[in-house]
Parts: sequence; structure tokens; C-alpha cells
Amino acid sequence: MTCWKVVKSVLILYLILIPIFVWMIVWNGPVHYLPYYLPCPEIFSMKLQYAEEKTVQLFPELFYPQPRSLDQKRRDVLTLTPWLAPIVWEGTFNSELLDSAYKPLNLTIGVTAFAIGKYTMFVGRFVESAEKLFMKGYWVNYYIFTNNPQAIPRVQLQPGRSLSIVPIKKYSHWQEISMRRMEAINRHIAEVSHREVNYLFCLDIDMVFHNPWGVETLGEMVAAIHPGYYNVPRSQFPYERRSNSAAFIPDSQGDFYYAGAVFGGLVKQVYEFTRACHMTILADKANGIMAAWQEESHLNRHFFSHKPSKLLSPEYVWDDTKPRPPEMRLIRFSTVNKDYKEIRD
Amino acid sequence: MSLTIITVMKKVLILGGILMAGILGYFHLPHTNKLSWQPISIPYISQPSCQPIRQTDLNETFSVLPRMSYPQPFVDKPQRTDVLLVSPWLAPIVWEGTFNRDILNAQYRQKNFVVGVATFAVKKYVRFIEGFLGSANKFFLSGHRVNFYLFTDHPEKVPSINLAPEKRLFIIPVQNYSRWQDISMNRMDIISNHIHSHWRYEVDYLYSMDIDVQMFEHIGVEIIDTLVGTISSWQYTKPRDSNSYERHPESRAAIPHGEGDFYYAASFYGGSVSEVYKLTTACFKGVTEDRANGIEAKWHEESHLNKYLLYHKPTRLLSPEYYWDEELIRPRIIRVKRLSSVRKDLQEVRF
Repeated sequence: MTCWKVVKSVLILYLILIPIFVWMIVWNGPVHYLPYYLPCPEIFSMKLQYAEEKTVQLFPELFYPQPRSLDQKRRDVLTLTPWLAPIVWEGTFNSELLDSAYKPLNLTIGVTAFAIGKYTMFVGRFVESAEKLFMKGYWVNYYIFTNNPQAIPRVQLQPGRSLSIVPIKKYSHWQEISMRRMEAINRHIAEVSHREVNYLFCLDIDMVFHNPWGVETLGEMVAAIHPGYYNVPRSQFPYERRSNSAAFIPDSQGDFYYAGAVFGGLVKQVYEFTRACHMTILADKANGIMAAWQEESHLNRHFFSHKPSKLLSPEYVWDDTKPRPPEMRLIRFSTVNKDYKEIRD
Repeated sequence: MSLTIITVMKKVLILGGILMAGILGYFHLPHTNKLSWQPISIPYISQPSCQPIRQTDLNETFSVLPRMSYPQPFVDKPQRTDVLLVSPWLAPIVWEGTFNRDILNAQYRQKNFVVGVATFAVKKYVRFIEGFLGSANKFFLSGHRVNFYLFTDHPEKVPSINLAPEKRLFIIPVQNYSRWQDISMNRMDIISNHIHSHWRYEVDYLYSMDIDVQMFEHIGVEIIDTLVGTISSWQYTKPRDSNSYERHPESRAAIPHGEGDFYYAASFYGGSVSEVYKLTTACFKGVTEDRANGIEAKWHEESHLNKYLLYHKPTRLLSPEYYWDEELIRPRIIRVKRLSSVRKDLQEVRF
């Protein structure tokens, strides 16, 4: 009798357990939601007042060489994208002409840079070189986002230029810090910069200006071509290739690989862009996936769908460890040599 | 018997236990490729000050251009090396081979713009209406909404033409003048007035075109930009000092020697409604001031247009493909003739 009871109880146990296990196998797998990462979207739905981009208007008596229709200065590189956005290379533009058009507009240009943890050591050189070479003659506001305001050195600024320190939280992992930049920039635009600047550039801090960076870079939405991938077929671009990420781009698609270190444009466009990137970063977080190159992958996804109106050649975001090819006639902005292991964590 | 059953049961229990442990262990290992992706519903912490994320916001964020396959643009492989593609103020110059119309169409369609075309058919020029409208219906911004505003002094002579559903024709009676130069120059004033009175509510972009033209190839959304000028087919190779700018300093259209970028054709120009308003108002003011001083610029309103576009640089330039004069032999550089003037006897048709 007892052995039958044992048999019955075992059979009942298995009858209950086996369907449970079959269901667990057939089910698609766990989906994680991490609600404490998702912020209140009140910032996202704010309506802000912006100034529109102005057309180039000159004052008379400016002398410069005539542009000739059959005379292309740069025959070795692409100067126009298939959607008719200019690619800015040395030789394609005339700085005096552009300056004479933009200076009377009294523009203010903002620069955001993140100096978190040990990255505060790059601020000094960044700002010093920017003072000499970035948008000379224009009003410039530097916004340095940092968790350690005391570590930011005092740099002597030209008249008309200001530096404000924006305190932000430091996250534990460098990837998290990198990805949270989009949210921080977005919040800052909504709270502060949309009133103060017309154009905004978001640059990496661990870089230095070597040559002039002027108003040829101003546009509605501006992206820079990554120096490591500018002459490589699209299947080799380090896009996010997993299809369940929000930053996914398939092998057969893609125009350029844009660098996450430089992007910018009209304040309104940067606001919309950072908002969109942050939302896709959150979508990935909710699914427990982190894109291959963090926010750079999301930036590339967004620039693929919403093409930039102006592209900057790799002159504007160069990597000094690379040998300089003949196409790069003038390196304007490039990385500082550093030991990643030492500064990241 | 019961003993063997019990041992069998024990073995089954042990096997089952190992199986369950194995399955539990499998599910605890990280394996992200088994995760499913739910794109739309991102929950948010509800607080009284928050507004819910609107579905349209999410659609905008996640919306993509339709899937298109096109060759990769390579940075070290320019499309054309024989012509200038970007002006010194970084305005693109539109030549065949430099752009992909599918991408441009996909970007344009998201915005729901309406384009207006203003054209004048006065006196004998009414004979060109049919050719213009027939070819424009086929080749001008095909698939997109266009309003053709046809100004004429003989509305009854306008032939009836079957236009595509997105295209609309408005016939507007206008006064004619005895001199053809006056008819030509007063176009600026008429356009300016009409923008001010109602076109600014009806269209987003406005183009002014001559009526005595025909289109042979598609002219698409690559022409749409804030301020657009067409490089003249007669003068695109000339140095600035041999350009046909007005040189008499008394005229308001005068451009001194040593200045000038390109020579723009008045037969095809346009842009956003507000920019075209500024252009036509400024040009007509110049025309009026010249008339008061008893001067007429060498090429009438084209001279004033060139002066304006020298100091208010166009944001996009169209190559001579977009207005090719019939009398010229077409060189290989002009790969495509999209819009061309119609052969006519100027003496006969103007007077």
C-alpha cells in the first residue's frame, strides 16, 4: 500500500512539474524592466522658444577669389553627401566670407564637455586650446559637466567668453557615465542653455584644438565622421548589430560612421536629438542590453534615420595615434594621449 | 515486487531531480539573445507633475526612413571631380550624380510641404502654356503637392490640361504692359504682393519660372531649400569681370568689378516663402528706384536678382542643368538637360 502511495505522489508531482518546465522552455525568456532608470518625462515635453537659423548675408566690399563652377578645390574627397549635405574639408570653404556673414548676427555658441572623475585633468588644455582656436571672435559659453567642481582649474578666458560648471552625479561604470551624457545635455538645454546660446556643440573633453575651428561648422544638425572608419565599407562599421537593440543597423545599411566625440547644431535640434538618443538608450536598458559603443551606437542610429544637415570631415575629430593620410590637410581637433585603464575606473 | 518498484521510483526521482536542477541552472545563465524587445511601452514613474509620453513622440523617436538600399557613399571617392559641388559658403550645388533622390524624397515626405510655382504668360507667350504645364505635370516634383499660379492677360486662352491629383492650377488675370521689359520686371512686384496677401498661407516654398520652357527630365525635391538660385547656362564658365552684371554705378543693380560669385538666371529661382518675399521686394525696390532715375539695368530684373544674391547668398545652387538655354550646344559636363528654353523667334514673340 505504501509503495502505491509513493508511486501516486511521485506521479502527481511529475504531472504538475513537467508542464511547468515545458512552459519555461517554450517561453521566450525573461524580460527585465528596471523602472528606477526611467525618469519623469516632464523635461521631454517642455516647449522651448528657439531662434531659427539665418541665411548667409554679406556686407558689400568684401574681396575674395571667385568660385569657379568647373574648378573643384578638393578632388580627392567627397564634399557632398547623397542627401546634399556639405562635408567640411579644408579648401571647400572661405573663412573670411563666412565670418563676414556670421559676425554681425551676434551669435553665442555653447560647448558642452564632460569631465567626470579623473577626466578633470583634461579640462585645462581643452579650454586653453579652445580659447586660441575655437570660434575666435564670437561669444562662447563653455559648460563643463563635472562631479568635482573643485578640480576644475581656473583658466583665463578672452572677453565675451564664459565658463560655467554644471555639477552632475558620477555613476559607477564609465559606460554609464558616457551614456548618461545625452540625458544631462538634454536637461541642461531645457533648463539653461536654450536661453543662452544659438548653437551648441557637444565635445569630448579628452581632446585638444590644434587648428582653427570656425563658423564653417555651424548648421542645423552637425555630425563628424569618425577617423577610424572613413574609408571602410559599411559592413565593417562598428554599428550595433544585435537586432533586439534600439540602435541596430543591419549590415547592408548605413552611410558613415559618425564619432560620438563631436556633434552639434542649432540648440533646438540638439535638444531633439539628445532626447531621441536618450529614449533609445532607455529602451535598451529596459531590455537589459548595452549597445556596442554605448551612446555612439545610438548616435549613429539616429543620424542614419534623421540625416545631419552638415558633416565635418575627420579633421574635426582626429585620433593622434593614427598616421596622418594626405587627405587630412589640417588636423583641427584631436585626442590627447592617455592610459584608458588608469583614468576610467 | 514493491522493492523493485521503489528502486525504479528512486532512480526516476534522482533523474528528475538532476533534470530540474539542469533546467534551473540553464535559466540562470545570462543569454541575452533570448530576450524579446518591446519597443513602445516604456513605463514611467507617475508623479503629479509628469505628463505621459505621447504616442506620437515615441513614433517620432523610433520612426525611421523607409528601408532603402543604395550604394555606400565613400569619403575618399568623390562622385564628380569635374565640377564644383559646394560653394565657398558651403551651399551645395546640385549636379547630376551627386544626390540620391530616394533619400531626399523620403526626408521630404515626412514634412508635408506644399510648393508654389509662379509663372507669367502675357500677350503672345500664352502659346507656351501647354508645353510648360504638360511637361511640368510630368517632371516637376512628381508625386508631391504643387500649386501652379499662372498669371495671364488672356485667361480664356489657357488650354485645359489634365493635371496629376497632387497638382493644382490657379489662373490669375494680370495686366499687360506695352513694353516686354516692363512685363518682365513687374513680375517681382506681383509675386511680392501675392506672397504678402495669400501665398504665405498656402505654400511653404515658392519658385518663379519663365513660361517659355519645357522640362525633359525630372526636377525633384533636390531644389527645395531656403533660397535657391540657378547658375546661368551662358555664363557658368566666365570669370566674374566678364559676367553680365550691371556695371553702371548709378543703377541700384550695380556690382563693382572684383565682386561676384556666379551669374544667376532669373528664369528659375525660389526658396521659402519668406525669403522669396524679401528677394522680390528688394529687387522691385531697386527697379523702381532705377526707373525714378531714368535708368534700366542691362538685363532688367536679372541684374537686380544677381545683386541681391551676391549679398544674400543662396543656401542652394542649381547647376545649369536646371535652366539650359536652347541656343547653346550642351557640353559633356552638363550630363542632363532638365529644363530648357523653347526655341522661339524673340523678335516675333516679344513685340
